[in-house]
Amino acid sequence: MSAPERFLERLTARRAEDPSWVAARRQAGAARFEALGFPTRRDEEWKYTDVRRIAEGDFALATDAAFDTARFDEQRLDIDAYRLVLVDGVFSAELSRLDGLPAGVSLEPLSRAMAANHEAVGGSLGRLAGVDFSPFTALNTAFAEEGVIVRLAPGTVVDKPIYVLLLSRANERPVMSHPRVLIEAGARAEATIVEHYSGEPDAANFTNVVTEVLLDRGAIVDHYKLQEAALTDLHVASIHVDQGRDSRFNSYNLNLGGALVRTDLVTDLNAEGAEAAYNGLFFVQGRQHVDNHTLVNHNAPRTFSNENYKGVLDDRSRGVFNGKVFVKKDAQQIEAYQNNANLLLSDRAEIDTKPELVIYADDVKCSHGATTGQLDEEAVYALRSRGIDEPMARALLTLAFVGEVMDKVRLNVIAERVERAVAGRLPERFNLADLVETAEAIQEA
Amino acid sequence: MLEVKDLHVTVEDKAILKGLNLTINAGEVHAIMGPNGAGKSTLSAVIAGKDGYEVTQGTILFEGQDVLEMEIEERARAGLLLGFQYPVEIPGVKNIYLLKAALNAQRAARGEGEIPAPEFMKLVREKSAEMKMDPSFLQRAVNEGFSGGEKKRNEILQMLVLQPKLAMLDEIDSGLDIDAMKVVADGVNSLRDANRAILLVTHYQRLLNHIEPDHVHVLVDGRIVKSGDKDLALELEARGYDWVLEGSAA
Repeated sequence: MSAPERFLERLTARRAEDPSWVAARRQAGAARFEALGFPTRRDEEWKYTDVRRIAEGDFALATDAAFDTARFDEQRLDIDAYRLVLVDGVFSAELSRLDGLPAGVSLEPLSRAMAANHEAVGGSLGRLAGVDFSPFTALNTAFAEEGVIVRLAPGTVVDKPIYVLLLSRANERPVMSHPRVLIEAGARAEATIVEHYSGEPDAANFTNVVTEVLLDRGAIVDHYKLQEAALTDLHVASIHVDQGRDSRFNSYNLNLGGALVRTDLVTDLNAEGAEAAYNGLFFVQGRQHVDNHTLVNHNAPRTFSNENYKGVLDDRSRGVFNGKVFVKKDAQQIEAYQNNANLLLSDRAEIDTKPELVIYADDVKCSHGATTGQLDEEAVYALRSRGIDEPMARALLTLAFVGEVMDKVRLNVIAERVERAVAGRLPERFNLADLVETAEAIQEA
Repeated sequence: MLEVKDLHVTVEDKAILKGLNLTINAGEVHAIMGPNGAGKSTLSAVIAGKDGYEVTQGTILFEGQDVLEMEIEERARAGLLLGFQYPVEIPGVKNIYLLKAALNAQRAARGEGEIPAPEFMKLVREKSAEMKMDPSFLQRAVNEGFSGGEKKRNEILQMLVLQPKLAMLDEIDSGLDIDAMKVVADGVNSLRDANRAILLVTHYQRLLNHIEPDHVHVLVDGRIVKSGDKDLALELEARGYDWVLEGSAA
């Protein structure tokens, strides 16, 4: 049996109650996935990322959403938010907090939307991420039975973040999940949406998530993807964004966890004034492998994009950054800036970085750059000369390196969490977390 | 407190210090003057442990300990601190991080626990006020985007927080206007006490009007060729270095 057949075998039996439009979609996804198979390193898009660990895995589907409450309280972000929780891809009504949604905001699990046979959902779902984008989106389309549907009526400014927590358990047998997230922001709607991946330390599951974000005229969405899953988890994600006139999409792609992580982020700037900001940070250690593929399509004149991705790689970890900016022929007077900076903390860590600009218009402002290096030895000396020992000096400088991205993060609770996680991973002779706290205290005083 | 004996130092195989002797006792302020290229900055850099200097002969003892056997950070924790002529910018490392990490490192070396947060905040606020630095400087990255004068004041702020036993200041007066010079000098003077010593490396007598030295040494071609009291600095200001050179050659 081929790997695709083995995966698709799990698809049978559970689907009798699907509405017809869902069933048709699944069939299309399954057929496409079977035809494509898993990507190999011969595919240009997967040149540096080997997914055999996924293809050769045997993943069941979870059937319940039980989760240790103490661990849940420890893992969840401490924010006042509307919360939707999936455990191994299964909706947990118990852990979710969907009450008190303001008028104009709809937040529901995909299963409920499908059961209610929402035509609105059916119409938008899959519009941006079709089965042809990658074998993984096809696979997701075949399997997606749970996820999150966020819909904002025109002019709605959501008062609190919408927090989607996706937990991965240390199961006896690994499971797979294929969550589907759909965010539809009507004209001038504003929201902050957090996708947070976390779970139990020894979880070794496969998560294959697809997120679609549609921004109508003037809508503003801050989208966080905080990946803190176990260092044994496998994770493939693609985020697809479609932006209308004067809309703004701020992406924060923060990756700390996972054994193998691949994230694709694609934005189409389809009308004048649309603006996208990509902020990325990955910090990998051990044998972690993190691959970020980003694409911005400037399809209309006077559109803007600004991308800054930073990577810190320790031990024998590997990172991939592939950032493409595409400017259409008539997309004049656009601005596109891209930067990727990487810090190698170990001789055996490796980064493959490829910034790419493809420009067909002639009146544009574009720049891109990629740097990879070690810590500034003069700065290391300057800190040591004040009595700070070398590991601590290096830790402080590493924290400083990620700070540039973290300063852009508007949800403090996330910035602090990432800074602490970074500090916690560094050699800790003195209390770095305490430093961060002191700085915060002085700021507030 | 500090005893430098017959110190020979080369930089990239070029001899810079050629048998330098210097003794500094607690409570004293010493100034090292001399023409460009005489090795003034080399002396303080070697004591502080900066890379790229090779000691080929001689000893440096600090409170009886062999300084040349100590790591850079150990020297700082023992109370040897160098204020740089060109302080480095450290993007992203907040001043407050540096100060707290450095202070706690020093305390740990003495077997003391970490400084409690309220006490630390009070301390750094007081000291930055003394240096006429807005508390917002504490949140800024070390020296990043600071003017020349702000960088120098920041060096002294570190000294005030860390309270070194021997503060070495390399051309701390360069690039300072009169007002900034006064603030810096006041800061340095506040460090003066019977248990501490200060080593000033400077080109100009001007600084010594504000920080009065007990001893002035003239460093020429890798050796101290003349020592005296503060009047020697005035004489150098009036007559230049040539007469010293002639005197020592004779």
